[in-house]
Amino acid sequence: MGLTGSSAALRGFRSVQRLAYECAEAVAAQLRPGVTEREAARMQREWLRERGVRDWFHLPFAWFGDRTAFAGFRVPLQFFPTNRELAPGMPFILDLAPVHGGHTADVGYSGSLGPNAVHDRLMRDLRVHRELILREVRERRPLREIYEDVERLMVRQGYHNRHRAYPFGVIAHRVDRVRERRLAPHVFGFGTQSLKGLAKDALRGHREGWSPLWSPHRFSEHPPRPGLWAVEPHLGFRGTGAKFEELLVVTDSRDEEESAFWLDDDLPHVRRWAEAEADRELAADGAQGAVQGREPEKGRVA
Amino acid sequence: MSEWGGAAVRERWVRTAGVELCVAELGDAGQPTVVLLHGYPDSKEVWAEVASRLAERFHVVLYDVRGHGRSTAPKPLKGGFTLEKLTDDFLAVVDAVSPDRPVHLVGHDWGSVQGWEFTTVERTEGRIASFTSLSGPSLDHFGHWINGRLRRPTPRRAGQLLGQTAKSWYVYLLHTPVLPELAWRGPLGARWPAILRRLEKVPGDGYPTASLGDDAAHGAWLYRDNVRARLRRPRADAYAHAPVQLITPAGDAFLSPSLYDDLDRWVPQLLRRTIDARHWVPRTRPDQLAAWIGEFVLAHEDGTPVAEIVPDGAYADRFAGRLVLITGAGSGIGRATAFAFAEAGARIVAADVDAEGAATTAELCRMIGAAEAWAEAVDVADEEAMEKFAERVAASYGVVDVLVNNAGIGLSGPFLDTSAADWRRVLDVNLWGVIHGCRLFGRQMAERGQGGHIVNTASAAAYAPSRALPAYATSKAAVLMLSECLRAELAGQGIGVSAVCPGFVHTNITATTRFAGVSGDEEQRRRKSAHRWYGKRNYPAEKVAEAVLRAVARNQAVVPVTPEARGSRLLARFAPRALRAIARVEPKL
Repeated sequence: MGLTGSSAALRGFRSVQRLAYECAEAVAAQLRPGVTEREAARMQREWLRERGVRDWFHLPFAWFGDRTAFAGFRVPLQFFPTNRELAPGMPFILDLAPVHGGHTADVGYSGSLGPNAVHDRLMRDLRVHRELILREVRERRPLREIYEDVERLMVRQGYHNRHRAYPFGVIAHRVDRVRERRLAPHVFGFGTQSLKGLAKDALRGHREGWSPLWSPHRFSEHPPRPGLWAVEPHLGFRGTGAKFEELLVVTDSRDEEESAFWLDDDLPHVRRWAEAEADRELAADGAQGAVQGREPEKGRVA
Repeated sequence: MSEWGGAAVRERWVRTAGVELCVAELGDAGQPTVVLLHGYPDSKEVWAEVASRLAERFHVVLYDVRGHGRSTAPKPLKGGFTLEKLTDDFLAVVDAVSPDRPVHLVGHDWGSVQGWEFTTVERTEGRIASFTSLSGPSLDHFGHWINGRLRRPTPRRAGQLLGQTAKSWYVYLLHTPVLPELAWRGPLGARWPAILRRLEKVPGDGYPTASLGDDAAHGAWLYRDNVRARLRRPRADAYAHAPVQLITPAGDAFLSPSLYDDLDRWVPQLLRRTIDARHWVPRTRPDQLAAWIGEFVLAHEDGTPVAEIVPDGAYADRFAGRLVLITGAGSGIGRATAFAFAEAGARIVAADVDAEGAATTAELCRMIGAAEAWAEAVDVADEEAMEKFAERVAASYGVVDVLVNNAGIGLSGPFLDTSAADWRRVLDVNLWGVIHGCRLFGRQMAERGQGGHIVNTASAAAYAPSRALPAYATSKAAVLMLSECLRAELAGQGIGVSAVCPGFVHTNITATTRFAGVSGDEEQRRRKSAHRWYGKRNYPAEKVAEAVLRAVARNQAVVPVTPEARGSRLLARFAPRALRAIARVEPKL
């Protein structure tokens, strides 16, 4: 494998992931009532093309309203952007996976156009999933069991597991370096180079007893495999969905901290949780006096 | 000065062209004025129960329509009851009781027919702040409704027309001369209270008043003076100039709900409500009526919205503001049911032995439209705890309108391996939990006498035997039979009972099911395996919740939900031997 040990490679992945999140934040800031999913997807594509992205793990997706919870999704074609228009209060998700300099990122960004209490709560409750996944990966629990633990936690929180709607019900998939070619065609929204990499992994994994897809099925009954995993827990609640997606680095190190870690902790959703935490502490400190003007911001959220 | 339900009634007389109207007032005159208008054959006392409840918050005004109760009748009677003259009366009363502020109007039956006239004619504009209509259409809208169906009689629309034509039999009778008067002043008048009690299930508490015979005889002219004239030439400009709340009783013998299909065309601000009751709602459902009227009045008085989050779920017209108690609401079907009722705007009590789960449910309910939601920790198997719980609920939240006895646990394994303790636990929760719920909350419903509904979660296992589930199936079969018997017993009191039989639904019941006769590890393994199988089936609890709401709305007796539950119910009826053969199969986990 080799790549995971090399800090230069990780730096490359980290910078693409940052770029992808920057894109998501820039596009989210431009969303207005009446913008359609197709337009939002095109905005992401153009923003990244301008910054040199030529290949994709998958083309950008955008889901608005109850499509964020994949309501009524039966066939994979329904994931593709539609002409659904954004309206005030609506939740949205941008999901983009650019390849840049041979490094792949796959990120998911949830927000809402104006205040949406349900969406805020979903985002807040995603935090424990990020912690749970890292903890159990470090414990080297079989991926299928981690999957089930995440699902159980979602149900206890009162929500549905909506990543079950993805192909094979995956909560995560492996990503890798991609060779840069002059031509970067894609089929069904997925870059052929990346698909090739995934297929190779699948073949090798099949022989060795692991899978590049982290699913609820028997083929995920194995401990975490070193490499980069794009992890995307996706919560759904009555027509509102929220997710994050980011890269988890798994290594073969014996040191627990080194054995698995999130590629980057400076991401919009992580920052938001930290801010909320700081707000809570501040509110607790000033609990005696009236803490005015510290209403949690209810605008656009990540 | 007399008293209605503890509220003092002040009387005064208002004189209009040729008649004197008897007007009653309750409550603080500084509060918003609510005018309650009675129907036919009634007098203002029909509103007594509702008025006394509203008087705590509002200035309540009632009057006897001319020729009814203690108001005098016009002379001659013929031509004295036109809607124009009734509008004169209304304006005279309103000018007397609330000269400076517009009033909130509530009408039942003919009171509602009048209300529609007042709300749609020009000269009352600015005098009406809101109108709540109960069982009485606008004659103009009705006329257009008939014309539209005559012009384009599709099978469905023709059916609606025929249905309403049949329901209007009494209107034709009232158009015959003299006979109705003779009947009302004679035998019909004498028997009327008993007829109402029997057919309409109104409480026997001294109403109607002694003036009934004369009221009904005079009131026949309401029909004769208006119905033919208006239905033949309905006004083309009968648009409402005030917001309207339409409350439709689902079991009205005289008006079909389809009458209001086109109403959005006439009313820019329309709020629809449906109530499970017969025609005389002010007498049979005063609590619910007073709550809905109060809410609507406040919404259009000081802008207090009816609800912060507008409930948009299925049956929002029916369950908004109703008190729904669900046991086992901390997870699975119970939680999904709580959410579905929350989306319909109900007030939710989420009860569960798992306090944290119940709290999460209640919190989420509030976010998606529940008017209010509370969490309660209670073990349904504990008789004493349930008794205290029932008292607490009645004292803090009121009488439950819909009870969902859903809490249950799973137990699998051969009969010969099932211990007495296992049996006791499953029966305690699955059967005794339901018995306690029905016993305690059912009694509260019956004592209140304003209807209600009980839903018990049984199971497809209640009629489909299986060697794998002897104890569980037994407990659920008992729940099914209990529901059927209770349904028979409570039907007379307007309380419906439904048994819901879900089938294989993906919830965490599989993760907590006890497997008798195996080691702890093996039990864990089977739980996991069962959970995965149910996950593969992946039938969502939300669909069961939909079935629960539908069962309440339609008062269904037994509701199998999943296809396998429906299929096995068919087999149980028509091919029980096939079902018995299936029962012998041992599921491999």
